[in-house]
Amino acid sequence: MTSLSYRKAFMLILKRDLTIAFRHRDDIINPLLFFVIVVTLFPLGIGPEPNTLMKIAPGVIWVAALLSTLLSIERLFKSDYADGSLEQMLLTPCPAFILAMAKVTAHWLLTGLPLILMSPVLGLLLNLHQDAYRALMLTLLLGTPILSLFGAIGAALTVGIKKGGVLLSLLVLPLYIPVLIFATSAIDTAAFGLPYNGQLAIIAAMLAGAITLAPFAISAALKVSTN
Amino acid sequence: MQFESFSAFLAMGGYGFYVWWSFGLCFALTGILYWDSKVRHRKTVEAIRSKILREQKLKKVAQQQNQI
Amino acid sequence: MWKWLHPYANAEFTYQFCGKSLRWFALLTLLCLPAGLIWALMFAPADYQQGDAFRIFYIHVPSASLSMGIYAAIAIAGLCSLVWQLKLADAFGAAMAPVGALFTAMALITGAFWGKPMWGTWWVWDARLTSELILLFLYLGIMALHSAFEDKAQGGKAAAILSVVGVINLPIIKFSVDWWNTLHQGSTVTNMGKPNMSIDMLWPFLLSFLGFFFLVAVLVIIRYRTELLARNSMRPWVREIVLNSQK
Repeated sequence: MTSLSYRKAFMLILKRDLTIAFRHRDDIINPLLFFVIVVTLFPLGIGPEPNTLMKIAPGVIWVAALLSTLLSIERLFKSDYADGSLEQMLLTPCPAFILAMAKVTAHWLLTGLPLILMSPVLGLLLNLHQDAYRALMLTLLLGTPILSLFGAIGAALTVGIKKGGVLLSLLVLPLYIPVLIFATSAIDTAAFGLPYNGQLAIIAAMLAGAITLAPFAISAALKVSTN
Repeated sequence: MQFESFSAFLAMGGYGFYVWWSFGLCFALTGILYWDSKVRHRKTVEAIRSKILREQKLKKVAQQQNQI
Repeated sequence: MWKWLHPYANAEFTYQFCGKSLRWFALLTLLCLPAGLIWALMFAPADYQQGDAFRIFYIHVPSASLSMGIYAAIAIAGLCSLVWQLKLADAFGAAMAPVGALFTAMALITGAFWGKPMWGTWWVWDARLTSELILLFLYLGIMALHSAFEDKAQGGKAAAILSVVGVINLPIIKFSVDWWNTLHQGSTVTNMGKPNMSIDMLWPFLLSFLGFFFLVAVLVIIRYRTELLARNSMRPWVREIVLNSQK
């Protein structure tokens, strides 16, 4: 009997999710557009004074990244749950955490990675300090996978609930706060010209913890939701 | 007794507004939760009871149907 | 060794036991809480620096520490539910969450009313206040998750997962908020630490703390019994209780 190796199963699910996403390109573009719009609204609301913008830039970009991740994470398991394929995937001998890891990876590739690539442009819009760009991209690189992982836990818990979107935000928000705090702290420290390795190390530690533990929480939550 | 008169007690050394509003809000919120807990218990019992009575009624009707 | 605990995993036994212990806890609450608070309001000395506003302290500190204790209890119950599949642990977590949210709200409200006269502001993004606010969100999330599921058992399991994930994150939240606060703090260092208490203040504090603790027990027991009935509504013991109660 042929059985899938973990790697093959992972790649299979990853490719499936990416293919489906590319067929619904709107679902990829919308969160990114939202990201840009939110960032653009802040100078309009607060005023274009460059120094003010420079002060709020790290926080605004990170909060916008957080919000657009929340926007896209709801769809992570919804359509599979709706047509029953999620239940089928959980019934296969393939361990559920492989499924979880593959879906989160697909989500990050489609949402987190474009966010990271677009962030310098948005830094320009908000007059981000010269020395902070590298820190911005590094924190986003380390932080967006955490956002995807924690968001997936929330999505897995709420996938069976109608109108679970708002509940998802409420559940995931306390988990996102440490990432936000350390990331913006790192960018601010970089803007002062000081070393920010400490904050990066803590974010990396959170990432390591999340990659290790979140898939199990996600699979437990999926099993509860599909009953 | 730390206060000479009742009005001194209400005034709380100038901080009356803060002390009484905070105590009052806490008292009110606790009372609301206590009341909600009791009401919820009563409503749960009533819901289960009406469900049981309805089941019994349906069973009786089904028995009568079988006898006919 | 744990055999003595086993009867408490039985829903009917626990329901009856909690019903009997409720009147004792209610009695203890009525003994300790009004006595403690009246002592705090009328007989405890005013603080040297803070005057009579210090009397808010006697509600603020007990509710803050109880709010954290209740969350720990919910997390342990969540663990019991997930690891040992104890159905009663789900019911217990569902019963405790609103009480925990109440105490967190009380801590935040009394803190705000204490902060305005003392430090001039209703709210400040102090590490402790911020992490208490996040704790409130965690409680609201658990309550919302419990109520979002039609099937109470399913909702209980989901909330158990959330409470365990939340408790792992709680020290991280506290640590990060503390870091954030010390980095962003201006030149003023807000001192909201526990003051050294004289014996005149210690007794009313202990008494009101006990009173609030027993109040938690009363509220949780009432809600716990409701949850037990609702989750076991098809059992014969529930039918008997429900049909016999004339209220």
